[in-house]
Amino acid sequence: MADPAQFAELAMPFMSALYAAALRMTRNPTDAEDLVQETYLRAYRGFDGFREGTNLKAWLYKILTNTFINQYRARKRRPEQVDLDDTEDFYLFRRLGGLEAADATRTPESEVLDAMPDAEVKEALEALPEQFRMAVILADIEGFSYKEIAEILDVPIGTVMSRIHRGRRQLQKRLWEYAERNNLRPRVDSTAGS
Amino acid sequence: MDCDHAMHRVYEYLDGELTVWRRRAIAKHLDECPPCADGFYFEIEVRRVIVSKCKEQAPTELRAKIATALGIEPPPA
Repeated sequence: MADPAQFAELAMPFMSALYAAALRMTRNPTDAEDLVQETYLRAYRGFDGFREGTNLKAWLYKILTNTFINQYRARKRRPEQVDLDDTEDFYLFRRLGGLEAADATRTPESEVLDAMPDAEVKEALEALPEQFRMAVILADIEGFSYKEIAEILDVPIGTVMSRIHRGRRQLQKRLWEYAERNNLRPRVDSTAGS
Repeated sequence: MDCDHAMHRVYEYLDGELTVWRRRAIAKHLDECPPCADGFYFEIEVRRVIVSKCKEQAPTELRAKIATALGIEPPPA
């Protein structure tokens, strides 16, 4: 059996990141805690097989996603096999008027993003169909490369790429829907320049 | 390289997943095309905002539970 103290020293620093990913996957704090705990126990049991010098973070995420897929998705009768309507490139930027003539008095598009509440952004991400959500979490939140994600999810790189790209565009669509409902958009400051 | 080609590769470019030649072609286009450059910059902002708004702290009880399960001292709170 592996030395628990050595395992803890190496693996514990990833807990908050794993918990954040678990929360986005399970969409509920109790399941997320169970998932992270199960991940650590499995990782500890398999730690002897883990080769030093290989990517510990990627290995932990592989255990996390496998555990999620096997345990939590098993509750559903069938795995979620959804496709997404594809949306255009620069979806949100276009909607916010970013490709129109630049106007120095206009609020930058990025301020609209900053104005979105954390809870809305989390919800938008959690609303993505599972396979797209996992790919986006691993790429955007965790910063894994396409190759690492392909290994974690055990799918070809082309599939990873397509899921990340489409997932991101879908996420932007949801953020735009929120911005529109709440009338968040770049404003022209009518008092400027007069 | 035109705008459509550049936009189509935005994610691969920002993810650092392109060959050096493709990167150069896009970088050159962005130098010459401010609207595309703004769009690329905006995509970086979207990701920054998502990362910063989706941060979580593992609950202290979870840390303690895992430490106990591993038979080690829980980390100081």
